[in-house]
Amino acid sequence: MSVTALLAEDEPLIAQALAADLARAWPGLAIVATVGDGLQAVAQALALRPRLCFLDIRMPGLDGLSAAQAIVEDWPAGAPLPLLVFVTAYDQYALAAFEREAADYLLKPVDPARLAACVTRLQRLLAQQAPPLQQALDQLRGLLAGAQPAAAERLEVIQAAVGSTVHLVPIDEVIYFEAADKYVRVVTAGKEHLIRLSLRELLPQLDAQRFWQVHRGLIVQARCITSAQRDESGKVVLSLRGRPEKLTASRLYAQLFRGM
Amino acid sequence: MHAPTVPPPRQPVLRRFASTAAVCLGVALLLTVINPGRFGFQLAYSLAIGLACHAFIEAGMQALVRWQRGRGALAAGDWPGLPLTAACVVVGAVGGVVVGTLVGDAITGLDTAPTWRNSRAWAAAFAVSLVVSALATSWFYARERLATMQAQAQTARRAASEAQLRLLESQLEPHMLFNTLATLRALIGIDPPRAQAMLDRLIAYLRATLAASRAASHTLATEFARLDDYLALMALRMGPRLQVRLDLPEALREQPVPPLLLQPLVENAIRHGLEPQIDGGRIEVSATRVHDTLVLRVRDTGLGLGDGAPLGSTRFGSAQVRERLAALHGGDARFTLEDATDTEGGALATVTLPWQP
Repeated sequence: MSVTALLAEDEPLIAQALAADLARAWPGLAIVATVGDGLQAVAQALALRPRLCFLDIRMPGLDGLSAAQAIVEDWPAGAPLPLLVFVTAYDQYALAAFEREAADYLLKPVDPARLAACVTRLQRLLAQQAPPLQQALDQLRGLLAGAQPAAAERLEVIQAAVGSTVHLVPIDEVIYFEAADKYVRVVTAGKEHLIRLSLRELLPQLDAQRFWQVHRGLIVQARCITSAQRDESGKVVLSLRGRPEKLTASRLYAQLFRGM
Repeated sequence: MHAPTVPPPRQPVLRRFASTAAVCLGVALLLTVINPGRFGFQLAYSLAIGLACHAFIEAGMQALVRWQRGRGALAAGDWPGLPLTAACVVVGAVGGVVVGTLVGDAITGLDTAPTWRNSRAWAAAFAVSLVVSALATSWFYARERLATMQAQAQTARRAASEAQLRLLESQLEPHMLFNTLATLRALIGIDPPRAQAMLDRLIAYLRATLAASRAASHTLATEFARLDDYLALMALRMGPRLQVRLDLPEALREQPVPPLLLQPLVENAIRHGLEPQIDGGRIEVSATRVHDTLVLRVRDTGLGLGDGAPLGSTRFGSAQVRERLAALHGGDARFTLEDATDTEGGALATVTLPWQP
């Protein structure tokens, strides 16, 4: 059975060229889907479960790193995770993170020798009997944390506008932040507010010691977590102090809860 | 971003006192020649009076500067003006002669008090102190003002070259450049004549970018031609996701504009407005004459600025356009960036320049 791959690249000519270059460098490779935005990349990857995903960093809908996070978090338990290769023309922070985490990446325009080396490496990884899952998760987590500039300032108060009124919520009262479409839900013990900000924009402005990201759509204040229960799929169910609902940490962040 | 403001360099106080001491030495020598007597005594009184005058005037001037700056009446590095300075010098000279004489008496062990009852001796001592003080004060202030002006000129030069560098950086954005090269590399294999035509456009664009940091202006026709090059390259990359409409009336073709003024606005429209949209959209660049102004518009049908989002204010290109317009036209040029008000949405950037007859 041939190895399957997904290409996510928003520029049609570059996608076409990458497919052609790959066909030359790896004749047995089957490209099962070529998509032009991050949302489709996630949907197609989860539907077709290719062994490889080539993800452009700057894409509409969802950038390459966020798409990788969604793919890994929603990937069915038991199925082997796809190997991820990031593709970028130039991206200061992402490039530094790729180097640091020793992730596979290709620079556009793609150099044939570099592509050949990448193919060799991927073939070696695929030939391994047990893919090092934990290592792949750690690497992706490192990329997500390191691929953006550091925030200028810490937020102490959340300002949530409702009509002409602005509600001020001290950061310490927030139990968790949850992504909701173009908004973020700010949940306290008694209330909840919506702010017009993405979770990715919010994250660097929070103290990482106090606020833990546990899923691509969830940031929880650590002192509000009372218990963490691991299930067989690798996910972790969190109980909260002050809120009745349970939250689920993805397996990307499950290692946060491992006992002392 | 502002260039760091350099504080006016201040000659160290000690160095100024040393200069004054040197002047006092000269005065003592001169007095010894005119009025032969003991040089040591002349030097003692000359130094005591001179340094005391200096101390009074220095303290007076510092106090004046601080007081006026506190009221906001004085810019950094400026001086308090002739009448106040003259008053300060006169008062300082009187105080200096009185205090200096007492100090001189203490050093030499003489009692000169009886001599001072002779008003001519007093007048002579005061006149000499006043003339020397006035000359020395003018000299110190002239030097200080010169140093301040040099520092300001240096700051301005640094700001100008920084702005030029940032302009160049924004136009040669590495992400755009490498993606365009990757596209051309792909196109060479598929459609060589088209690849060649696109490469020609990239070359024209790069040349214009380098020229833009040197030339003060080019015609609106040239500006539109370079935007057309840039947009053709972007359209090649984005495929059907980018539609372009350029509208330059014949009568406006020769109007001079700062080179590649609109380029950062077009780039913003694509990068922040159209590229993040899955379906892309349309960009329109147009020029019109309204009375005595030339109105240039860059409009996209993209995401828009978003209410309250910091995007609009931090878009680097906008700040750059605003700075360039302010430097070239002062208050006669305007730049606005707002959400488009029709149903298609997106953002609208408007530049208004004075009409050049």
